Amino acid sequence: MSTSSVSKGCFVFKPSAKKKKTLSLEECFTDGCEGADNSEVRFKLCQDLWDKIKTDTEVLQDELNRKILDSLLDFTRKCSSTRQHSDWASQMRASEIPTAALVLGVNVPDHDMTFQSLSELLQQSVTPHVASVQAKECGALKHLMKRVLERLMGTVVAVDDEEEAEEAAEQTSAQLHKSVHCSLSTLCDWYNTKTRKSSTGTPGKKRSSPAKDEQQQPPVVVIFKDLEAFNPRVLQDFILICSRYIERLPLMFIFGIATSPSTIQRMLPHSVSSLLCIELFQSLSCTQHLATVVDKLILTPRFPFKLNGKVMQVLISIFLYHDFSVRNFIKGVQLALLEHFHSQPLSVLCCNKKEALLNVMKLNHHDLERIRQLMSFKKYVEKQEQQEQVNLLKDDSHLKEVCQRLIKDLRKYHKNYYPILRCLHTLTSSLPRYPLGKQIRELHLICLEKNVWENEDYQSAMKLLKMLAKDELITLLQRCAEILQPVKTKKMNKALVQLEELLAKFQQLDTAPVETAPIVEESFTSPVKNLQKKTDLFQLQKTLLEMNESRRSKKLSPFEVLRNEALEFIDDLVKSHLSPPESQTLNEVCYYSSSATVRRHLNATPRTSIQAALSSPYYYIQNDNLKTEDGSVSNTAPDICIAYKLHLECGRLINLYDWLEAYATVVSAAEGKDPDSDNFGKVDEVKHARFIQAVSELEFLGFIKSTKQKTDHVARLTWGGC
Amino acid sequence: MTALLRQQGYEEERLQRAAELLPCREVQAGVLLSLMGQPQQYSYPSIFIYGHRASGKSHVMQVLLKELELPHATVSCVECVSATLLFEQVLLSFFGCEAASLLPRSPSLSDFVRIYRQQCSQSPAKQTRYIVMEKAELLRDTDANLLPALLRLQELVEDNITVILLSEIAWDKFRPNTGCFEPLLLHFPDYSKGELQQILSQDRHPSYSAEFYSSYINILLGVFYSVCRDLRELRHLAALNFSKFCEPLAEGKVKETDTHKLWRNIEPHLKKAMQTVYLREVSSVQWEQMQQMEEKETGALRGLSAHTHVELPYYSKFLLIAAYLASYNPARTDKRFFVKHHGKIRKTNFLKKNEKTSNHLLGPKPFPLDRLLAIFYSVVDSRVAPTASIFSQISSLVTLQLLTQVSHDDQLDAPKYKCAVSMDFICAISRTVNFDIVKYLYDFL
Repeated sequence: MSTSSVSKGCFVFKPSAKKKKTLSLEECFTDGCEGADNSEVRFKLCQDLWDKIKTDTEVLQDELNRKILDSLLDFTRKCSSTRQHSDWASQMRASEIPTAALVLGVNVPDHDMTFQSLSELLQQSVTPHVASVQAKECGALKHLMKRVLERLMGTVVAVDDEEEAEEAAEQTSAQLHKSVHCSLSTLCDWYNTKTRKSSTGTPGKKRSSPAKDEQQQPPVVVIFKDLEAFNPRVLQDFILICSRYIERLPLMFIFGIATSPSTIQRMLPHSVSSLLCIELFQSLSCTQHLATVVDKLILTPRFPFKLNGKVMQVLISIFLYHDFSVRNFIKGVQLALLEHFHSQPLSVLCCNKKEALLNVMKLNHHDLERIRQLMSFKKYVEKQEQQEQVNLLKDDSHLKEVCQRLIKDLRKYHKNYYPILRCLHTLTSSLPRYPLGKQIRELHLICLEKNVWENEDYQSAMKLLKMLAKDELITLLQRCAEILQPVKTKKMNKALVQLEELLAKFQQLDTAPVETAPIVEESFTSPVKNLQKKTDLFQLQKTLLEMNESRRSKKLSPFEVLRNEALEFIDDLVKSHLSPPESQTLNEVCYYSSSATVRRHLNATPRTSIQAALSSPYYYIQNDNLKTEDGSVSNTAPDICIAYKLHLECGRLINLYDWLEAYATVVSAAEGKDPDSDNFGKVDEVKHARFIQAVSELEFLGFIKSTKQKTDHVARLTWGGC
Repeated sequence: MTALLRQQGYEEERLQRAAELLPCREVQAGVLLSLMGQPQQYSYPSIFIYGHRASGKSHVMQVLLKELELPHATVSCVECVSATLLFEQVLLSFFGCEAASLLPRSPSLSDFVRIYRQQCSQSPAKQTRYIVMEKAELLRDTDANLLPALLRLQELVEDNITVILLSEIAWDKFRPNTGCFEPLLLHFPDYSKGELQQILSQDRHPSYSAEFYSSYINILLGVFYSVCRDLRELRHLAALNFSKFCEPLAEGKVKETDTHKLWRNIEPHLKKAMQTVYLREVSSVQWEQMQQMEEKETGALRGLSAHTHVELPYYSKFLLIAAYLASYNPARTDKRFFVKHHGKIRKTNFLKKNEKTSNHLLGPKPFPLDRLLAIFYSVVDSRVAPTASIFSQISSLVTLQLLTQVSHDDQLDAPKYKCAVSMDFICAISRTVNFDIVKYLYDFL
């Protein structure tokens, strides 16, 4: 670009409108996507699916937050109504600022959403005057004051109709232009005009109806999103100021607390906290929150897109080990979704049944070849007869038909999988020491990995189940029946019928238990009688062993028979429906399996990538000159890589001159100079400069630093190397 | 008692009314009034009044200035985030908004003096003007010239003006190094128990007799006087607990005069109040609700400090444990705790003289980031990749105030931290991850 100016200098160019048009989402998606021919369809599918998931999670979070938000709203309403009492007690009482301490847990990234819906709800139903502030924008009291005033006066502007909005905007901008007026008395005046304006229409009515009156004195709510991060000094001063105006301005605070409520006492001295009337609100813990999200989002056949065991494990371990953030978990699911549709051309089939069947018919030869390459499909082919195998591999239209059937099978598998998973979880989640995990997600992970019934823990869980008492077992089975009730597949209906039969049998036991009792006793008595005789030690041991044997092999009571029957029934269900998805044909269509990608994107390791870049520049630069076999760095690598490689050979302190010499030798070799010539490895100015730059880059990356121990030396900050 | 408030130039009636509003502060009010002199007389340039919270400083000033209708400006220094606001408020209350709007953007002290003189020449003071500065201790943090200038404002603006500073801190802590004009000092002593009784008894409940309320106040002071002498707080507590006190009366069990029975009824209740509502463990609204509920149900309500449990991600817990170890163990001993074959080093071998005192008594010591991570990697049981989220967890622990950053925010190279959690807290945390922290603490070796 050129300018008409003659002088040298920096010029700002605003991007022209044409260039400003960035790539649309779809173009971004198609760009570099595998199997570009059906990328549009995939993009649409992906977007639809994501929209559905997003709305679902939003609804879910609203529901989860509803309880606490409702109680908060009640609190604000109550506060605004009680302050108008004029009886003796409330006159004598020091007027405290009503404060809600909202304990939200340490998953700070999730809080934004909660506060967003909280302030929306407040504005809808209680008061238009809501301001939320964050610690990072309020370093000093002045800034806090300014933010609160701006937000309060600004929000009103946004709500009112346009004419008034403009007026108010002018007014506020004029007022705030000089920060002179940035005091609470300004706010008081503004509040008074605001409330008076709305009440002038009905001055007579005002006194007659207290409800109306309440409406006209809506509280002014200030939300402190992250209390811990605030400067205590600023907060104290702000509260002191506010308490001077509480008579004239119905202020109210909401503190968002991430750790524990005792932070309030740590931050505010008694003289300040005595100005507040603090009530505590505890939100749902984030693990419960995640459990619900997993339950509604992952463990359901509604969404055709699935995560395989490893990806799931990565996402859950990021949650449990790193951040506790449900929002990040959902972001992870979104990433996996995008990656799946982006990288797997067969993901056109990852949609609801009708569309999938249609899309199967639209597959071209190329796609069908891809299907033939799938691991699961190969396994499937191997199981077929000779003629069928040939047909599958040669005949495209036959393959399409088979695919339709396989897709249907996959859907059925999912429909049966989740109810049975839930049943198994209900049965095992109350067992001592939780052999199959406390949470359903743990059981799900086990099932995704391999055949659950081959798992040792499963065996021990079954053993424990065999020891359950009758009423416990019956309630558990009843809960299972409830789970199976709403499922609409044939197999599940059959299972439900069987289960109900079993339950009925259990009930019948109660009515006729008498007949069986004597039989048990008979088999029991003889050894006991033997015991009463006088015996030596050996004899005693023998009889005891016998007793033990007989007890084990003794005839089972009808309850025990029935219990075994029930558990066998459950075991059968598990074996037929909880096989891992890898065993299903065409599972690659629905399951996203690249856990490494997800991990790389969500749990970045900056240091490893820097080291990778320095030690094998080919990894990032993809220049064939840089390719080396044994992991060493080629002579032609960037300067910093050579310097890095050389520094690895040194000890804790590096002599700069030696380093420079070595560097010059390597670079000279790269230039193709004759190693026997005189000026080989000689340091000229250019090499010197390049070396200094490389060293300072390494210093910037934190590999070395200058040291005072020895002149001409630098200290290494990392250890290890050659 | 009105005899003390006598000054020429004021109406007798007004003085009388002011005296009635100032119980137990007659002496101080009298001194002030004599300092102020007659309305048109010049007064002393600056007066400094100090006394504890709720000892009636502001109240006396307000009553005197309002009742005697003297021109005055009351400014709370906590509210004046900048000197601008202070100047503006003063000008506003003496000369109206036009004068205040004359101030330029971010005015200096001389701007203020200039405008004041200009306005003052138009409307010279017929009576002494008073500027009352509440919480004057905050003036020390503002510009260095503000406080000395305010002290001799009378000279600067050449007007009949007096600045009255109110503070909870004695004047000795104010005096700037450069020296300044010494104001007249006036101390407001704390109210005695008798005086508190007298003042509190004045706001009696309209439907009960004065004696009855007075006896209630007597009981209240008996419980609370040893911990709280703040009039405002006592009045608040009196209002909160009065309904409970009247309960047996309303049920008809006792007569108003039966003080002993009333005392037996209210005393445990007040003791409980001292531990809960007075410390703001439960809010006053909750306290009132509790009074209405049955005795049994009240147990469910827990105070603020009862909730100390904090849920943290797995690695955050270990980071916090590592930080605690780094803060409370001397760096020399790390080898002993975290290297596998350290050999048998006895505690006495590396005990220096000054380390005989417990590190826990000395409080946490700062440690560099490297040490934290080194301890973290050896403490956590699995191999952890040094991912970005490990580092971001450290900074989120700082924002949660579980760690504090000792070095400045700008220092990117080798930042230093301190662990800010208590022993109990860290023990609870390490119990959840099955880590026996006591085994790793040098103090408990």
